[in-house]
Amino acid sequence: MTATDVGTRRPSWRSMITWTGVAVIGALAWSVIALARGEKISAIWVVIAALASYAIAYRFYARFIVRRVLQVDNSRATPAERLDNGVDYQPTDRRILLGHHFAAIAGAGPLVGPVLAAQMGYLPGTIWIIAGVIFAGGVQDMVILFFSMRRDGKSLGQMVREEIGPVGGAAALVAVFSIMIILLAVLALVVVNALAASPWGTFSIAMTIPIALFMGFYLRTLRPGRVIETTVIGVALLLAAIVGGGWVQESSLAGIFTLSPQSLVIALVIYGFFASVLPVWMLLAPRDYLSTFMKIGAIGLLAVGVLVTGPTLQNAAVSKFADGTGPVFAGPLFPFVFITIACGALSGFHALIASGTTPKMIQKESQVQMIGYGGMLMESFVAIMALIAASILDPGLYYAMNAPAGLVGATAQTAAQAVTTLGFTISPDQLSAAAAAVQEKTLVARTGGAPTLAVGMSEILSGIFGAGTALKAVWYHFAIMFEALFILTTVDAGTRVARFMLQDTLGNIYKPMGRVSWKPGLWATSAVVVLAWGYFLWTGVNDPLGGIYQLFPLFGIANQLLAAVALALATTLIIKSGKARYAWVTLVPLAWDAAVTLTASWYKVFSNDPKLGFFAQRTTYQAAIDSGKLLAPAKTMDAMHQVVTNATVDGVLSALFAVLIIIVILDAFRIWVKALSAREPLPMMESPVVLSHIVAPAGLWPTADERMLLAGGSVAIGGPGVGGDGLSADDLPPGGSSR
Amino acid sequence: MISARRTLDVVRWYLREVAGENAYERYVEHGSLEHPGRPVLSRREFERQRQDDRDGTPQVRCC
Repeated sequence: MTATDVGTRRPSWRSMITWTGVAVIGALAWSVIALARGEKISAIWVVIAALASYAIAYRFYARFIVRRVLQVDNSRATPAERLDNGVDYQPTDRRILLGHHFAAIAGAGPLVGPVLAAQMGYLPGTIWIIAGVIFAGGVQDMVILFFSMRRDGKSLGQMVREEIGPVGGAAALVAVFSIMIILLAVLALVVVNALAASPWGTFSIAMTIPIALFMGFYLRTLRPGRVIETTVIGVALLLAAIVGGGWVQESSLAGIFTLSPQSLVIALVIYGFFASVLPVWMLLAPRDYLSTFMKIGAIGLLAVGVLVTGPTLQNAAVSKFADGTGPVFAGPLFPFVFITIACGALSGFHALIASGTTPKMIQKESQVQMIGYGGMLMESFVAIMALIAASILDPGLYYAMNAPAGLVGATAQTAAQAVTTLGFTISPDQLSAAAAAVQEKTLVARTGGAPTLAVGMSEILSGIFGAGTALKAVWYHFAIMFEALFILTTVDAGTRVARFMLQDTLGNIYKPMGRVSWKPGLWATSAVVVLAWGYFLWTGVNDPLGGIYQLFPLFGIANQLLAAVALALATTLIIKSGKARYAWVTLVPLAWDAAVTLTASWYKVFSNDPKLGFFAQRTTYQAAIDSGKLLAPAKTMDAMHQVVTNATVDGVLSALFAVLIIIVILDAFRIWVKALSAREPLPMMESPVVLSHIVAPAGLWPTADERMLLAGGSVAIGGPGVGGDGLSADDLPPGGSSR
Repeated sequence: MISARRTLDVVRWYLREVAGENAYERYVEHGSLEHPGRPVLSRREFERQRQDDRDGTPQVRCC
């Protein structure tokens, strides 16, 4: 079966009526969201608009790309089939692979970004999360997955080097490494802000280390390979740790677990170092199991919560801060809302995963739609729910929590006053009551998005499972815990990947460095990586202007610039394969993404507004230092000097990111011109064509045609529940496919 | 009753596959098909080797 002969049949009446219905319902939901002014609407409308748009995009746009642009060919064996070695290359059931892929791409990003972007109102965020995933994010993930699959699972960096050139390749490599460092620092900052001065949270998270070690030894020595059993024990211990945190907070032990942000940074850096040098089975793998399990569970719970309770949005559709005067992050709606949302709509980091393990495991070419595009739609849905969770909160509480301490002060009184100045109302008593309800000392200036999301989630979840203050606090800490858990998993894994990249690069200069087993090299590179993100983390927690306020835009810019690299590569490969007339599929999102991120970089480097431009900030504070003055919110001369240093470093980094990406895009452009003017098609590094013998459906459910093909094979296909053929799980062939 | 058991089977199958618990069975089968006569590792040895292999292939976890 080739891809094209399936789509040529006339659509049935039933399918036409169904899709018209979906379109009408989607349009209705969109008009409710967009046109409601002055009256509060239910979050259900946002959910419906999202789901209807996803369905239509998946069925029509993604299928168009797969069939016409990529021209997937199911008669062609994938690397998993050709190179099957039972280790890294192996054909994997599409539903299982979707699970793996989703667990790898989803994390704290789509949960945190939309919470911060709620400063602009819920409408800009909703539109970008949905339109962004349909036209940019889903396309990027799917197309990169496809091209990497056609090249035996080569990484993004390798593909840029081979298909664009050594200059672009080197720039992409430096970009990936430095972007990773900023990403790790900002994510770690979110954890620090969530755990600082919270003995409950700190205790629960600290307990994950002994729990993971126990799981690691259990799996290594007692019950090798019994992952599910081990994970169930781990999750039970974890839930006990969350409940136990409540007791610790009340007990005399509370002091030990009440840590300042600075001590937390030191603890995280030490932890990150050990996580990077210890064998994977000891700490990293078990934490990964725990984190994946909690991730899927918590996201599912949130989805059910939103659907069952249908909370009302308290946030404005478009807030007055769209002009760029908001306290959560600086800068106007364009481009900063697109920068801030990051992962839920378009995430450059996904290109690293789509060119990592997933392409080596895919069974059939046509499955890139379900795994690449479908996986990204799921991630976008997570972002929508985070946006809802932040938008159902009272705006007064939202700003008291998300404005930096320099603005709202440290007490309920100062915060209530500051919120009034911003134009919202919340009384000091209400603020204290909100903190007491989740058993936190204070909710003032708990920036970073995680605490806000946790408050929103506890609101939603206590709505379904019955209220009661005690339960609300448990839900809050449950939410904090799972966010911190999977951020830390990202930090562990990211440190390790960055260390490998560094070892690999240094190996070109000094051979032993490249050997992963050479201990001194391993320690040195690990130390360099943790100290690099540790530096930004340290400046983040000490920044008088607020670390999230200063650094989050840098994280967003970094992630979106990486997407520009991926989209430039995708465009290059589409043009090289002789399909220039379809290049707009990735060229339009590339143009948009480059416009957004380079505008944002421009603001960060050249803006004269000291709130927005890093160098303007530096000049302002330096001038004040020279004349011996203090500028609010800095309270000491040391703090003034700190602002100057941070602004300089951040400004240089913004400029560096932008320059690297411009190099990659220009180098790609050179190849586009060359390819379009050449008579012969330019050489591509595609793997040879080999006939495929695997038969497997493309989507979640097999179509009528696929069922016929499957019946023709000698072995039954898929897992249980597919054909209704009474197959039991034990009868399944390995890989769940026929050959 | 049948559908309840079936659902349970599906869940069990999915979890085992996602967690990679079937890797050993797959390895044994792969070995007997493609490399007959090659000594087969015990489950303990196999799982240990599989874990150690992961040391050399770090996986990015996204944000």
